Amino acid sequence: MNKREMLAKAFFAAFPHTTPILAGFLFLGIAYGMYMQSLGFSAIYPIVMSIIIFAGSMEFLAATLLLGAFNPFHALFLTLMVNARHLFYGISMLEKYKNTGKKKSYLIFGMCDESFSINYSANIPRNVDKGWFMTFVTLLNHCYWALGAAIGGIFGSLISFNTEGLEFVMTALFVVIFIEQWRKEKKHLIALIGLTASVISLILFGGSGFILPAMIAILAAVTAVRKPQEQKEAAA
Amino acid sequence: MSLAQQIITISVVVFGTVLTRFIPFLLFPPGKTTPPYVQYLGSVLPLAVLGLLVVYCLKDVTLLAGNHGIPEFIGIAVVAGLHLWKGQMLLSIAAGTITYMMLVQFIF
Repeated sequence: MNKREMLAKAFFAAFPHTTPILAGFLFLGIAYGMYMQSLGFSAIYPIVMSIIIFAGSMEFLAATLLLGAFNPFHALFLTLMVNARHLFYGISMLEKYKNTGKKKSYLIFGMCDESFSINYSANIPRNVDKGWFMTFVTLLNHCYWALGAAIGGIFGSLISFNTEGLEFVMTALFVVIFIEQWRKEKKHLIALIGLTASVISLILFGGSGFILPAMIAILAAVTAVRKPQEQKEAAA
Repeated sequence: MSLAQQIITISVVVFGTVLTRFIPFLLFPPGKTTPPYVQYLGSVLPLAVLGLLVVYCLKDVTLLAGNHGIPEFIGIAVVAGLHLWKGQMLLSIAAGTITYMMLVQFIF
């Protein structure tokens, strides 16, 4: 198989996995571009920011940063808080992103929620190059997002059909991936820890500040169950 | 904010985002053996963090006011039910999303 065939194979294996993201990111990207336009920014802002930041919720927040007083330390602190969940993705992908060569930096750069969850959970066929598969998933998601932001930023004022509720496509995607993982695992303790810790800290801390407490609770809980879990595995 | 200040602000956001994505890979490069505790975390965190992501999507739902999160609850029930029954990823996502859109546009 020559390189071109190998690339084509990886691309066509990756594309179907990204179709929910195509719908979701185009929509959210358009919403983001329109939002930026409504704040008075020219289309170049959402286009550049969607390409170089590539972290959805942070880009919406960055818009409010740009409108406020200049404070880079606050901007950095806010970014680290909002994006701290990426640390968990990185630790999870240490093995999968190994041996991906030059593509590795891009894979890590483009590791948004959606690219992470697809690259982590997809069953990549044996005859498909894993590194290129994951690169195409990341690259396609990146393109959808930037394309959406560009459309929204340039043509935002012309769009008038009722898209209310379309953002639910992302929730649906994560629910499906959660169920797929749930079925793959024999023990559900860890998945239940993730859900319970997140729900409890959402109730306690509210929508804007629950992620860090949830991450700390998850770390504490999975550490606490480490010994019994591993002993069970050794016995099995 | 001047253009220079805007560029600095955006650069800081890019830097912070890149940092959160690269730190684990810089701390545990492939050449060195990753500590067993981190390997353990790498094997269990994905399962836990997917739960966190689902909850993250629902973070703006208010149970005590507005529509009480009923459209979200029904939407997720459709996605989960269809997926457990048919196991077709795109079907579950599309049906759940369309159900949700109809609920928020016409009923709630």
